[in-house]
Amino acid sequence: MENSGFEPRSNGLEKLSMVDNSREEEGRAQGAAAESNGNGIGLGLSLRLVQELEGHLDRVWSVAWSPSGHTLASCSGDKSCRLWENSSASASSTTWRCQAVVEGGHTRTIRACDWSPDGKLLATASFDATTALWEKVGGEIENVSTLEGHDNEVKSVSWNSSGSLLATCSRDKHVWIWDVQPGNEFECMSVLAGHTQDVKFVTWHPTKDILVSASYDNAIKVWTEDGDGDDWRCVQTLAEPGPGHTSTVWALSFNKDGNRLVSCSDDLTLMVWDTSADLYDSSPDHALWKHVSTISGYHDRTIFSVHWSRANGLIASGAADDSIRIFAEDREQSSTEPGGSTFSMVGKEVKAHSTDVNCVQWHPTNPRILASAGDDGVVKIWEVIGNLSLLG
Amino acid sequence: MTPGLINANPVVHETKARSVRTESTDENSVDEFDALEIFDILSQSCNHLNVVSEDDIDVDNKSSHVRVTFTPTVQHCSMATVIGLCIRVKLMRCLPPRFKVDIRVAPDSHASEAAVNKQLSDKERVAAALENPHLVEMVERCLQERDG
Repeated sequence: MENSGFEPRSNGLEKLSMVDNSREEEGRAQGAAAESNGNGIGLGLSLRLVQELEGHLDRVWSVAWSPSGHTLASCSGDKSCRLWENSSASASSTTWRCQAVVEGGHTRTIRACDWSPDGKLLATASFDATTALWEKVGGEIENVSTLEGHDNEVKSVSWNSSGSLLATCSRDKHVWIWDVQPGNEFECMSVLAGHTQDVKFVTWHPTKDILVSASYDNAIKVWTEDGDGDDWRCVQTLAEPGPGHTSTVWALSFNKDGNRLVSCSDDLTLMVWDTSADLYDSSPDHALWKHVSTISGYHDRTIFSVHWSRANGLIASGAADDSIRIFAEDREQSSTEPGGSTFSMVGKEVKAHSTDVNCVQWHPTNPRILASAGDDGVVKIWEVIGNLSLLG
Repeated sequence: MTPGLINANPVVHETKARSVRTESTDENSVDEFDALEIFDILSQSCNHLNVVSEDDIDVDNKSSHVRVTFTPTVQHCSMATVIGLCIRVKLMRCLPPRFKVDIRVAPDSHASEAAVNKQLSDKERVAAALENPHLVEMVERCLQERDG
């Protein structure tokens, strides 16, 4: 029973009760108000379904685009990963096909996957407590390495920008950083302790070796390497009693430049953080990352996924209310707070999946393509319709 | 570990008189659920410990939403999350997948109310728990008790 992972834990916060329709109305009202608020695009964007990708036998937890955008990997409760490719040059043509099923490497749910920056290796994180590495060898996908060390479910995996480091996190409350060595060898470089509950998500800064983690303990933690290398420490915690989420933080995403971070939570909000301060600055009064904006009143059930496009600057979110929503930063800021920003909803697909949306991922280069995954076992490719040129 | 020993002498409650419902015989009628039907589904398992009563079930067919509030037998009942898990599994099996199900312990009925509620609403932890053979066995046993 001690290791069942389902005994009561300390300190959680009260969650919503019944679906609150007034909240949705409020969200709509705010969205409508946004039409005259700053960037002028209002609710001008819509999502057109390009193709439904079927094949998984259980809920799809996560999808990841290869760096070129040529391949989309999806992973599922059916213990497999599927690789989808488009035989046409156009991502918006309905010619996506499953090119490979990656299986046999995990004995339980594959919760997350991520491509190395050179697109050669796919890392998969599983509830079986391992992380597997896969490589295409002579037309076949082979399991080239398996990383063991976590005590129980691995929930997220992320490569740093250079591909030299891999981070994983688990219900065991720890984040591991793995040093990528020649010959597909991975050595544990550091085990990061600090979260008080299971760690849901890890992601690296797009250019610097700064790692960010999100947890069931409602906190976001920022980790940097110590001066003389090899050891890592938490340099900032984004959580209450300061501005912070009031329930589980499920996902994180940096913008293209790495000066902004967005987080999503079971508290039904998205939070945007200014991450321009240099956390490697060791002077005593160095600046810290700070809260910029809270986007609330849109999703009315847990927000599982958020992704900031590096191709169009938009934020997409996917939630247990089955919807996908798209947000843009307002061009003309009405905020009275210096350095503050406001965001408006610019598009939505209320019934994106027939059940929970678990993951949304923008295409890495094509500003109009978005992929989503849901509890319905389906992966969907969407095309954004509308004028993107008005965006900053 | 034997779950039965945690509350070795449970108070067995009388089942109260049930409201009468007329069943539609039209095969093409929309598959609507009401609290009594959900209660029927659940009473096949934990009802005799008075964990759930019909009044603790809210059904909104329009938004496909079900909320179940249950009362753990004792304030510190360590089985609370397992009972909640049983309720979730039972409803997962009986309701169409479009239904959103929220399961909560009754206010002030449990010392770790917030923690239990948070855990029961975390579908990732629920999914992981349901891959744990030990827990699945416990849940199955709980769900079969009535039949056995």
